[in-house]
Amino acid sequence: MYAFDYQRPSALDEAVALLRDLDEPKVLAGGQTLLPTLKQRLAQPGSLVDLSRIPGLSGIERRGEGLFIGAMARHAQVATSPLVQEVIPALAELAGMIGDPAVRNRGTLGGSIANNDPTADYPAACLGLGASIVTNARTLVADDFFTGLFETALGEDELVVGVEFPAPARAGYAKFRNPASRYAMAGAFVAQMADGVRVAITGAGQGGVFRWAEAEEALHADFRPESIAELTLDASDIMSDLHGSADYRAQLVKVMTLRALVAALR
Amino acid sequence: MNANTASNVTPIGAAVRRKEDHRFITGKGRYTDDLHRPGEAQAYFLRSPHAHARIRSLDTAEAAAMPGVVAILTGAELAEDKVGDLICGWMIHSVDGSPMRMGSHPALAKDTVRYVGDHVAVVIAETLNQAKDAAAAIAVDYEVLPAVSDLAQAQAEGAPQLHEVAPRNVVFAWELGDKDATDTAFANAAHVIPIDVVNNRLAPNPIEPRAAIGDYDSGDDAFTLWTTSQNPHLARLVLSAFVGIAPENKLRVIAPDVGGGFGSKIFIYAEETVCAWASKRVGRPVKWTCDRSEAFLCDAHGRDHITHAELALDPAGRILGFRVKTTANMGAYLSTFASSIPTYLYATLLSGQYDIPAIHCHVDAVYTNTAPVDAYRGAGRPEATFLVERIVEIAARTLKMDSAAFRRLNFVTSFPHQTPVIMNYDAGDYAASLDKALELADYAGFPARKTEAERRGKLRGIGLSNYIEACGIAPSAAVGSLGAGVGLWESAEVRVNPTGNVEVLTGSHSHGQGHETTFAQLVSSRLGIPMDQVSIVHGDTDKVQFGMGTYGSRSGAVGMSAIVKALDKVEAKAKKIAAHMLEAAEGDIEFKDGRFSVAGTDRWLGFAEVALNAYVAHKFPTSEIEPGLKEGAFYDPTNFTFPAGCHVCEVEIDPDTGVTQIVNFTAVDDFGVVINPMIVEGQVHGGIAQGVGQALMESVHYDADGQLVTGSFMDYTMPRAENLPSFRIGLTQTRCPSNPLGIKGCGEAGAIAAPPAVINAITMALGTEDVSMPATPAKVWQIIQAWRAVAQAAE
Repeated sequence: MYAFDYQRPSALDEAVALLRDLDEPKVLAGGQTLLPTLKQRLAQPGSLVDLSRIPGLSGIERRGEGLFIGAMARHAQVATSPLVQEVIPALAELAGMIGDPAVRNRGTLGGSIANNDPTADYPAACLGLGASIVTNARTLVADDFFTGLFETALGEDELVVGVEFPAPARAGYAKFRNPASRYAMAGAFVAQMADGVRVAITGAGQGGVFRWAEAEEALHADFRPESIAELTLDASDIMSDLHGSADYRAQLVKVMTLRALVAALR
Repeated sequence: MNANTASNVTPIGAAVRRKEDHRFITGKGRYTDDLHRPGEAQAYFLRSPHAHARIRSLDTAEAAAMPGVVAILTGAELAEDKVGDLICGWMIHSVDGSPMRMGSHPALAKDTVRYVGDHVAVVIAETLNQAKDAAAAIAVDYEVLPAVSDLAQAQAEGAPQLHEVAPRNVVFAWELGDKDATDTAFANAAHVIPIDVVNNRLAPNPIEPRAAIGDYDSGDDAFTLWTTSQNPHLARLVLSAFVGIAPENKLRVIAPDVGGGFGSKIFIYAEETVCAWASKRVGRPVKWTCDRSEAFLCDAHGRDHITHAELALDPAGRILGFRVKTTANMGAYLSTFASSIPTYLYATLLSGQYDIPAIHCHVDAVYTNTAPVDAYRGAGRPEATFLVERIVEIAARTLKMDSAAFRRLNFVTSFPHQTPVIMNYDAGDYAASLDKALELADYAGFPARKTEAERRGKLRGIGLSNYIEACGIAPSAAVGSLGAGVGLWESAEVRVNPTGNVEVLTGSHSHGQGHETTFAQLVSSRLGIPMDQVSIVHGDTDKVQFGMGTYGSRSGAVGMSAIVKALDKVEAKAKKIAAHMLEAAEGDIEFKDGRFSVAGTDRWLGFAEVALNAYVAHKFPTSEIEPGLKEGAFYDPTNFTFPAGCHVCEVEIDPDTGVTQIVNFTAVDDFGVVINPMIVEGQVHGGIAQGVGQALMESVHYDADGQLVTGSFMDYTMPRAENLPSFRIGLTQTRCPSNPLGIKGCGEAGAIAAPPAVINAITMALGTEDVSMPATPAKVWQIIQAWRAVAQAAE
């Protein structure tokens, strides 16, 4: 780890001001990606701005038909929340599948989506449910928020405050874990919403999380496995590495989509 | 003497809990990194980022001036102090009679680096962070040279050369067996079964990374080295006699609690060498703890063979001959025992459990720009077993014979059995373990299970592995004649204290095996005293007489046999003392259940009474019998031991994802006499897990430039609990005739037996033999796709 300054603001405004004023700051939420990165000297921020003492960022509440989940809500909190389990059970299940117990008890929703790791789970839920990301400055729809590998629409002094999740009629999530890292090699979030079906894919896209339009159309027409049985995902934008070719990942995307659909129909 | 009654004895064969686990489970283990010496400084190694480069210049001036830096040392200082190279202790001669080509292996590079992670310099600083900061400021001007990381390319014309002494990177071209007899067998064969296999390279990954603290005491002009070693005496011998750190009497090596080794902690590495040497040079204790990334780079890897082999069969399926050509990767330098692994620990096991009249094996060992390769759990024997059990399986399938029946037809059935590749099998019953394994695995019920799985869209297969290994390493004269630089006996000292409790000083070293329990069981049952009155002392060259350490499943067969010999002497002397105390003839004294009694009378003394009298020395003539009760012994085995058995793996493959699920795994092993069945089961479980890891997920991968791609757990896949079923474990027993306890050894069996069992099951499920390890989901899915494409084309 390289030396850095450490700030722990107690209000959102203060945090935003620090991000504006400090030299090369980094936001510390749950730290489950950032801290290992620092330990391996793969990043050298000037300062860490720790959000853990800002009140009111970790609540889970009903908002209209859906949910509002604070940015600092831990994965374990979302996984075990009776409210999430009632309103969007697929989201609670997804949160319970992230990492391991230690990660789930430290990692946060806001940290995950702000990092936008192409193999993370939460981006698939946000995009799959058509969630809105609420920041200190504005509200962005998920389709505009995730912009590329480890890239989001967040400005340099912009912080995620929480996420508004509309309630789906039915939804499911399935992922194929990378055998080594256990991150998603292919994860599919399938949701039947009031205005159509959304299918969001994580772990496989060269540009990070994406929507599988053909599967959405087919399932919008008929929300049954048979609708997508003959579909194949074009592998040209799919990642290829030591753990699997693009063709293999494209196949996994399809299988996970089917399994997410089966989960949604349960 | 209540304490001496037999009811407090823990007999051999009792599944008692491990004594050492209280310490480990309550966090009281003392590992090298837990230890701190007053004034210690931290070492950090600057490692080569290139697979092959010449160091044009190395400028440490700026780095040396940075905060907290105590010293920066390089190969130049090493040479200045005349510190010798690291060595390989087993001489192999090539077919042409020439000795193996050992390239210079300095602990810090002189002018060339030969793999990513090779040691360029050490920074010693007040804190690790300061050392790392300074290391980043060292200016190294590298002339990057072409590298060869691919084993198959290492001997090619024009391939980059690693060591001048080794043209075409060949360390040795060695052979074993009778080539003419083997050629004749093939000439007479009705069937010839060919196979090409790759035995994948593995990273050992013990849970505790390596660590060392060197501490020079200028008052005594003596060194102490705490290090994560499986064999501290051997480390002292090598560091003293070859590297030249200090004379043996001025170098104390302590291997405290060690958290797993799997072979990787046998070897004498650059880091502990440098910590010991540097502690004198800088006048401070010097500490180094490996991080996981460094462990992937520079712990000696395992396996890494490419082999072509052929099996000659008669019309009925009897094996006539076996021909093997292997290329073995040694990495960039020869590690401590590297040369013995693909030779005498490999080719000598190529007869498997089978009566094969003629075998010939040729091995080319080659250098590549990769980390050194040496012993890893099983060491040579997994490579042999994988080859034998795959080719035997393919032979059975080719001849359309039942896999079990084919093996049974070819089993060795009478003992002793001399194989054509040195080994003399002393005892075994291969049909017994096969029968029991088939029963436990419900082999007969497999077709029904396969049909049921097909209804669920799953591909199901079952695979056998009838392994044999040579353990209890090894008779000293025998290994000496084969090139070993050391004898492979073991030592023990049994110290009976005046109050009747016992300390056993053993040359074996426990790093997970549970010696504190099993060795105490032996003493408890023999002396009739409770197990908690027996302490096992190991791992410190100042406390324990010279010993050879723990590897090759030798601590039971060799280490405990030395204890038995020492106990024999203790008993003999105690009988003399008891005879005087009981005023009886020595020949009338019997020792049983902790009592010395006069035969045919009710007169007896407890063990503790005799022990006390041995030290009080009032009741016997000290001119005839020395006071005290402490005896030592060295035991040299008369033969290797030959654990063997049958493992059966049943898999189900999901054709949609290529995921292989092991649905059943049965292991029936003949380990001879078992001291503690619970510990043995644990060893079997761990071994199978590592074997399954090799078969399904683990593989060290270097890219064409020699960069390590699988440098962390993000990319190197370790087996997990969810990858394994609840094992079905069974034992058969033939007593080992070659040691007093009848023990064969159990530490490596799982890692040896499991890989071919898994791959035989997968190849059966897929209907193709062309499945290499690791059979990852991606690879299996690609095989299924190719197979479906062929099937569609045929329609």
